[in-house]
Amino acid sequence: MHISEGVLSTPILIGGGVLTVLGLSIGLKKIDYDRVMEVSILASTFFVASLIHVPLGPGSVHLILNGLLGMVLGWASFPAIFIALLLQAFFFQYGGLVVLGVNTFNMAAPAVLCFYLFGPLVSPLVKDPQRRALAGFAGGFFSVFFSGILMSSALALSDSGFFSIAQMVVAAHLPVMIIEGFITMFTVSFLAKIKPEILQS
Amino acid sequence: MTFEKFSQGESLLHRTDTRVKLVSAISLTLVIALCQSFYTSLAGLTVGLLLLTFSRLNLRFVFWRLMLVNSFIAFLWITLPLTYPGDALCVVGPVTLSKQGVALAALISIKANAIILFFITLLATSTVVDLGHGLESLRLPKKLCLILLFSYRYIFVVHQEYHRLLRAAKLRCFKPRTNLHTYRTYAYLFGMTLVKSWNRAERVGQAMMLRGFHGRFYSLEEKTVTKVDVIFLIIMISAAIGFAYIELMK
Repeated sequence: MHISEGVLSTPILIGGGVLTVLGLSIGLKKIDYDRVMEVSILASTFFVASLIHVPLGPGSVHLILNGLLGMVLGWASFPAIFIALLLQAFFFQYGGLVVLGVNTFNMAAPAVLCFYLFGPLVSPLVKDPQRRALAGFAGGFFSVFFSGILMSSALALSDSGFFSIAQMVVAAHLPVMIIEGFITMFTVSFLAKIKPEILQS
Repeated sequence: MTFEKFSQGESLLHRTDTRVKLVSAISLTLVIALCQSFYTSLAGLTVGLLLLTFSRLNLRFVFWRLMLVNSFIAFLWITLPLTYPGDALCVVGPVTLSKQGVALAALISIKANAIILFFITLLATSTVVDLGHGLESLRLPKKLCLILLFSYRYIFVVHQEYHRLLRAAKLRCFKPRTNLHTYRTYAYLFGMTLVKSWNRAERVGQAMMLRGFHGRFYSLEEKTVTKVDVIFLIIMISAAIGFAYIELMK
């Protein structure tokens, strides 16, 4: 889910950077010092999620779970995803510094959207477990869908010749969306039973 | 699992001050990421390779890391020549390879690899803790640096915790396949990891508060910028300006 350094055009890189700085400043404003620990450990948990490979046919895909992160952290997902991507760049050199803005926005904006769309539907106040499961599935599915759309529009807007690659990116995300939907659905139902306060944001 | 493979070593680049390396890496990356010409990107790749020889890293590790990171680039090589509109370079049966597509894929590969080399030699040769403190002294928001340092601290703990759960599942004959049972199991494993992390965050937060933490780490090793660091910074910045000059002259 990363765009490499050196691919995108200057306006897209600047645009993504500006949007990410905006998201970061809103996110950081919403975190007071008492919540720093919570956001940090959840950021590392979601970093670990990206190391979990689940089987898909003959291959495997790694989890993203930005929908779940959004439902749990809200606007704080911007700093959490920014840090997780920065650490991935430091550790594995995936992504990069200049493209970090675009990559963060591609993952964090859908997370925040999921927070507003599906956050209330998965909260412990909802008594109907089936509706919660459905909202969980939708959250996982659509967050990856929107990330795929954002990623491919970043590519397509950079250079019109990238258009067919952008289409392929969306197509490649389809199976991931379904898996993320199921995993988010099961995790949300699990959390609602075991530790409902996580979903309270 | 070893995450910071390149941070240990004895070389000019390992000794250079982290802030100096951060500024150099950001300026070099910025110019190369934005450049459009082959000359500039090739100059960037040359500087990257030069830095690599100065860093005295294990070249085999660096090679495998480059291979891994180039997967997205490989995807571009497969698709761009076939889909990019432009003059035909050659026609193989029904397939037309576009000249502009090949050129673009080549340019992107050079740029991306130059930047990855900057990253490995300038940033991966520092530990994340140093980078966190370096970013803080470069005026990145304090909270963001705290989150960076804390997440780095707990990644390994959370990773171990997840693996303990996975091991327990495997002992109970869990075999991952493409089915709902597998996805449910992974979801529960991750959910449990999340619950444990949540509880840990609460405990650690309380413990820090008890010890009077108010949002600042006091580093024991005060780093000073030496003469060598200043010379290094000047060379790197001039390289970046040189790239910009090549780019604008073209």
